[in-house]
Amino acid sequence: MSSPRTADQPANLGRGPASSMVAIARRQQTQDFWFHKLTMLFSLVVLVSLIGIIASLLLQSLPTFQKFGLPFIWRIEWDIINEEFGALISIFGTLASATIALLIAVPLSFGIALFLTENCPVWLRRPLGTAVELLAAVPSIIYGMFGLFIFAPLFAEYGQPALQSTLGQMPLIGPLFGGAMNGIGILAAGLILAFMILPFIAAVMRDVFEIVPPILRESAYGIGCTTWEVVRYVVLPYTQKGVIGGVMLGLGRALGETMAVTFVIGNSQRLVPSLFAPGSSIASTLANEFAEAGDFHLSALFALGFLLFIITFVVLALARLLVARSEKSKGAKT
Amino acid sequence: MNTALYQRRKLTNTIGVGLSMFAMALGLFVLLWILFILFKNGIAALDWAMFTQSTPAPGSEGGGLANAIVGSLMIVGFSTLISTPVGIFAGIYLAEYGDESKTAAVTRFVTDIMLSAPSIILGLFIYAILVAQVKHFSGWAGSLALSLIAIPVVVRTTENMLRLVPGSLREAAFALGAPRWKVATMVTLRAAQAGVVTGVLLALARISGETAPLLFTALNNQFFSTDMNKPMSNLPVVIFQFAMSPYDNWVRLAWGGALLITLTVLVLNIVARVVFREKVSS
Repeated sequence: MSSPRTADQPANLGRGPASSMVAIARRQQTQDFWFHKLTMLFSLVVLVSLIGIIASLLLQSLPTFQKFGLPFIWRIEWDIINEEFGALISIFGTLASATIALLIAVPLSFGIALFLTENCPVWLRRPLGTAVELLAAVPSIIYGMFGLFIFAPLFAEYGQPALQSTLGQMPLIGPLFGGAMNGIGILAAGLILAFMILPFIAAVMRDVFEIVPPILRESAYGIGCTTWEVVRYVVLPYTQKGVIGGVMLGLGRALGETMAVTFVIGNSQRLVPSLFAPGSSIASTLANEFAEAGDFHLSALFALGFLLFIITFVVLALARLLVARSEKSKGAKT
Repeated sequence: MNTALYQRRKLTNTIGVGLSMFAMALGLFVLLWILFILFKNGIAALDWAMFTQSTPAPGSEGGGLANAIVGSLMIVGFSTLISTPVGIFAGIYLAEYGDESKTAAVTRFVTDIMLSAPSIILGLFIYAILVAQVKHFSGWAGSLALSLIAIPVVVRTTENMLRLVPGSLREAAFALGAPRWKVATMVTLRAAQAGVVTGVLLALARISGETAPLLFTALNNQFFSTDMNKPMSNLPVVIFQFAMSPYDNWVRLAWGGALLITLTVLVLNIVARVVFREKVSS
């Protein structure tokens, strides 16, 4: 029986099948060697670009870190004219808006995931799931425009007065809900961000809820548990790590989001102890000031970018490790 | 029977399930609200001039988005041309050779991180290594920045789809004496074709709406230009600048542009889903 390869090449037949087979095998070995190296080269592109990002950001921000040192991180000044820079205002805005976003988005996405996996009629599951995923696909600049033109005026007229007369009257957290009510600010940015990251978290939660073995769920229902009890005491403990991983992925998105935030955060470099006040996040500062920045200002902006990258890198790495570990433990159980 | 306990459990359940339905309704409501506003304002802005004229100067009447539409198509198009081969080859490496090396494990981890890294940082990176070196913004820089966003998407979907191809298919090809590169490109890649196309489409959808990285790379150009070496107009940046402007016709054009890119992104997503579903059912 001759392989089709030798039939294609009658010239080889004279030298006997054995030698031609060796030649073919040798040629294939070289081809395989280069194919291996070629694909490896391309996969290294990603690795190299990550190293390049860290190196180039650090290099560009060197003048800033040389002048201010580590205290750059907690300095309040952001004075472009006198070239006095500190990251605190931007870091505060970034963390505050992302925290608000998580506080709102996590319970909501948990509800959506619960509904989609437990209560939703089967024929509705797919269209509703697709709708949530499409919500995730809407470009972030659309959320920004929606926030600026539609949400902010409504928020200023109804949302903020309502919050001020309720939460604003409480001790301790009261001042957070005081000040001028013009609809844009850190709180508004957090709310818009919440709806932007909601579908990401909901999609991950739904996916991990779905891989709970049916037998676990059914045994819980079988001993008389209510839907709530099944989710609370069976599904959630089983998927804990995956859920936390999904939440952190959402947090990673919220921290680095530019457009949805820049439109509504107000872009002010002042530290005011109120969530109604305009502020700025690292990403919004970059988007607003980059085009007009001089040399040293640019370096300060790169330093901000570097800090943002470090923060998100840590959050995302933790998220991936948690998700990976929960998947692995699931593999062991089933 | 303990009626009090039973009542309490029932109440907790009703509240929990009720709240979850409320969350679902709220999520859907926001999606429909955003789409409604977008269509209402966007359709009002649609006219022929939008596709035939270039972006207006500050204060002047009329104008369109022709330069931005062409610019966006070129930047996104070239970015797809760059990221598709790189992403597919890297995906092949991770799926076919990935179990054998430590580098692959690290690459996979890094790809996952890059998948959700802030896009504005990728713009900063390209600014630092390209724009700052040649001292001018350019369409190419924009394409490269978008490629960095698209590559991880293509890599991950390619790898996942290749891994779904049954091992027996690979073994059958190996048994016939096919070399590894032929098995990878002509057997497994072909079997995973629909999934890989889905990945490319999703990457395309992702970069079509990206704004932040283009601010530092392609910037904007008020005039019609197809020179990738010059600053290039593109829809997202035009929307960003026009939406924040005080001119009514600029804001109107911003809504028109917003409708265009959202429709593009949604259609790409739906097409990707259809392509994928057809493959699954066949």
